[in-house]
Amino acid sequence: MASAAETVERRRGISYRTIARLRHGSLRGIAILYLALMIALPIAALIDKGFERGLTSLREAFAYPGGKEAIILTLQMSALAATVNALFGTMLAYALVRYRFRGRQLLSAIVDLPLAIPTLVTGVMLGVLYGPNTVLGKALASAGIKVVFAKLGILVALCVVTLPFVVRAVQPVLLELDPAEEEAAQTLGASGWTTFRKIVLPAIRPAIAAGALLVFARSLGEFGSVVLVSGNMPFKTLTAPVLITQLASQFKPDQAAAVAAVLFGISFMVVLVTTRLVRTQKGRES
Amino acid sequence: MSDIAVPVAPRDAALRRRRRRLVRAGLLAACLTYLALLLVAPLIGVAWTALEPGWGVVRGTFSHPDVLHAFYLTAIITAITVVVTGFFGVVVAWVLVRQRFLGRGLLNALVDTPFALSPVTVGLACVLLFGRGGWFHEFFAARGIQIVFALPSMVLVTIFIAIPFVIREVQPVLEEIGTEEEDASRTLGASVTQTFFRVTLPNIRWGLLYGVALSTARSMGEIGAVFIVSGLIMGRTETAPLYIWRALEERQTASAYVVALTLAAVSIVILAAIEWFKHKRIREDEA
Repeated sequence: MASAAETVERRRGISYRTIARLRHGSLRGIAILYLALMIALPIAALIDKGFERGLTSLREAFAYPGGKEAIILTLQMSALAATVNALFGTMLAYALVRYRFRGRQLLSAIVDLPLAIPTLVTGVMLGVLYGPNTVLGKALASAGIKVVFAKLGILVALCVVTLPFVVRAVQPVLLELDPAEEEAAQTLGASGWTTFRKIVLPAIRPAIAAGALLVFARSLGEFGSVVLVSGNMPFKTLTAPVLITQLASQFKPDQAAAVAAVLFGISFMVVLVTTRLVRTQKGRES
Repeated sequence: MSDIAVPVAPRDAALRRRRRRLVRAGLLAACLTYLALLLVAPLIGVAWTALEPGWGVVRGTFSHPDVLHAFYLTAIITAITVVVTGFFGVVVAWVLVRQRFLGRGLLNALVDTPFALSPVTVGLACVLLFGRGGWFHEFFAARGIQIVFALPSMVLVTIFIAIPFVIREVQPVLEEIGTEEEDASRTLGASVTQTFFRVTLPNIRWGLLYGVALSTARSMGEIGAVFIVSGLIMGRTETAPLYIWRALEERQTASAYVVALTLAAVSIVILAAIEWFKHKRIREDEA
């Protein structure tokens, strides 16, 4: 295929190969330089600062009032958000793919909404609706449910901003799945639930896992939507990203960096596993 | 196993159909309730609260110089970010798809890292690089260029966060179209630039626009990273989200809600674009 192009270039009196190699090399150089400067360098600075005194900075950050609790809370809330959205995300994906109803397109667009809405605006929205001075907030409070300035608020905020992840991971797999298999199972007398469990679930399980892991990774670092609704009370509703901003503003950049590096380590592992999951799934399809 | 039963009797089938319809209704109801509680009701809530005091507040908010400057700054940062990540995104995607070299896997993994980093962490890393005592602080300070607590750092962190979007949307499209058309164009004597603008770009345009729309939305609403590097200087390094933040702190909730609603409205327009690009891309895939 290159030979024809080669002759064209030859006619111009230049070696096609030399030019192509130069062009490819320079583009590759640009790509590598861009990613190295923009991504690898800041991460290197972060890890360097966080661990230049060994584990001391991390230990100090843990000793900061509410520091250890903030990291634990963030892990807990992220895991919870991943579970909730794995459940509802799968349901939403199933409804969007298998059911035909009016407003389906609109529903699909609403699912994507958190991709577009600024996270801080999400926080404002939740505060306006569920805050302690609103009608709904008061009604919920009298029922003993506190959303804003409580852990539930953190969970709700995380669920909103990560809503599309599981849906968008599961949807394409469900679309590929032949409904004939499900119909066959049902004609043979399997109940709806059995059909789902035995036919659909095994096929979409990797996608659900991939989506849920993304939810988890994103939740670990979420700031904008959480900071307004959590109240940021140490030992209670202070999350790790907010802790990082507090440490940074108190001129403890090394402690902030240590916490940040630990969070990054966890979510990077998660993201790596996720991309692996998605790739093996794609490999199986082709 | 009891799951796999004998062929179904007609009466049983009717019962099943009814049950299936019930399951469908239940599932849809659960989904709708979830979306209503999490997204639709809060969105209506903020629109209601922002517009309730009347147009005077809206007009007052938009005539405030801080608000105008905040939107102006957000627009500048978003524009620069979109151009930079769009251009380099296409280059990186092309290199990752069309070239095989040592370290390609590593480069690919590097593209995913912004997804794994908290925006707050990105801001912190930027301060560590360019702030006092940072690796490059002296270099820029000696030349009188201020990076941290000024526009450059705000642009840098936003670019960092928006890097993956274009790459991750363009990559699969490039993989799918293959090299045949490009090769044909080159064989027929078109130059590399001609081939790119006449063949490659039209092929990847919906994927590219989709990525651009996603990164526009993300850059416009970025707060965590900008929060740390901006230094929160009123009327100077205050983006629209940061203005909301300060207005809420200062109990100027009315104008905070108006700005929040404006951002939400803009993002809904972007969302419409996103849905349209997605639709176009899927349809082109099928064709």
